[in-house]
Amino acid sequence: MTPSVGHIWGLDMDLFLQRVFDAITNGSTYALIAVAMVLIFKATTLINFAQGEQAILGAFAVLQLWYWGIPMWGAVILGMLFSAALAAGLERVFIRKFDPADHLPLVIITLGLFLVINAIAAIVWRFDPQSFPELFPSGNAFTYNNVRLSWYSIFAFGSCVLVLVIFQTLLTRTKTGLAFRAVSSNLESSRLSGIKVGPTLQFGWALAAAAGTLGASIYAANPVLQIEPSMMLRALIFSVTAAALGGLDSLWGALIGGLTIGFVQSVVVQYIPFIPNEMSLSAAVVVLLIVLTLRPSGVLGTKAVERV
Amino acid sequence: MAPLLLVENLKARYGPVQVLHGIDLNVFDKEIVVVLGANGAGKTTTLRAISGMVETDGRIEIDGESIKKSDPSEIVRRGVAHVPQGRGTFPELTVEENLKVGAFIRADKDINVDMEACYQNYPVLYERRTQTAGSLSGGEQQMLAVSRALMSRPQLLLMDEPSLGLAPQIVEDLFTRFITINKEHGTTMLIVEQNAQLALDIASRAYVLESGEITIEGKASELADDDAIRRAYLGA
Repeated sequence: MTPSVGHIWGLDMDLFLQRVFDAITNGSTYALIAVAMVLIFKATTLINFAQGEQAILGAFAVLQLWYWGIPMWGAVILGMLFSAALAAGLERVFIRKFDPADHLPLVIITLGLFLVINAIAAIVWRFDPQSFPELFPSGNAFTYNNVRLSWYSIFAFGSCVLVLVIFQTLLTRTKTGLAFRAVSSNLESSRLSGIKVGPTLQFGWALAAAAGTLGASIYAANPVLQIEPSMMLRALIFSVTAAALGGLDSLWGALIGGLTIGFVQSVVVQYIPFIPNEMSLSAAVVVLLIVLTLRPSGVLGTKAVERV
Repeated sequence: MAPLLLVENLKARYGPVQVLHGIDLNVFDKEIVVVLGANGAGKTTTLRAISGMVETDGRIEIDGESIKKSDPSEIVRRGVAHVPQGRGTFPELTVEENLKVGAFIRADKDINVDMEACYQNYPVLYERRTQTAGSLSGGEQQMLAVSRALMSRPQLLLMDEPSLGLAPQIVEDLFTRFITINKEHGTTMLIVEQNAQLALDIASRAYVLESGEITIEGKASELADDDAIRRAYLGA
């Protein structure tokens, strides 16, 4: 009989640890999409429903470049640049002409983009699932009894933290980042300070799309998944939930939100017998409801307080 | 001498409602000019028209060059800074970051020198430089808003009711500081106000705006003695 970590409070610790590692893996990829949404929300208080589809289109572009013989990480970087350029174009053509304060038309536009991009991906790459090349070393970094921590998990989490650190630095240490935060804080005074609001928001869209494409590529590179045009639908709901849970305007909140959703999805559903696996999506939303009831602006979100 | 700011036959409308019916005003270099008027007279619209925030008909020139149809971000680069009504600070950014945003159009090396000057003008801003602007009191926010605008090194500073919602003592300090700034930096100012008494004290010339038309203009000291003005705006 193989030795085991043992049982604590009647819990099989092997299984528990394994589930936590799964949570970190899934949570990190949700967090990357969530970060993209948070960036756009911060600047415009708009949720870009097309974010997931922009990301999967980017991931398909990565796959295509790889088919054409470009090494995988080169393909990922080119794919990120491609989706950044595409997002900048979308912002210019579809978003900028509308009043940023009037959300309904903009939400409908992002929903429209969602459908169109999804259709384009389906036309070009078909709905048949295709395997996505691995981005990270295969195998496990750590094995103990039945507990396995794969390199994939470590790199997925590491990439997410790296992206957050880069974004944080961009936003707090560069002039463009300052302009971006100024626009998100006070649109009118930004214009009066000489900031060109359109290009600044466009930069946010580009940056968000690049992060999304990285997230979708990592998600698709999961050895247990295959890429297909609708794979982000589920991830999108998890990511929106993650973003809202962390506080829609907080970058690190997106990571916390992503990990929490990953945790609910794998741990809670494992241990609470009356929640069947099919309900993991709903369970995530229930957790969101509970968190938002207790903290309406999310875990790390800014409370809307203003002194006049 | 040509005026620094020339406004001629300026008309503006919000949808079907005409707000400005062709106003003329000018501001000369290093002057402080005040526009008095009741709520809804068109004071805010006048300033917003100058800084390119609303569409208008008529002439607006800075130093003899038209700035009409320019984007607000271009007009700032022409040397016009605007402190909007309600302070217009960036509540989530720190005091220091607010000042840096004010200097956004600049790339020179004197930004820190000017920031020091702002801190000397308003030492309380130095004490609170790492706090968010949203945590400041109303008076402190107004100091920050003015400093933010000065950081762009404007030729012309537009101020929209700087006294609004502030205690009388604070307003007096604020206005006294405007004179200092005007003298030390040579910053030309166009201030719109309801608080006529103080505004007329610091201004050299004044206009009265009523229902989108300039009805009276003249030296500030003369307007302060005018009976009609006293009744309408000075509560005497």
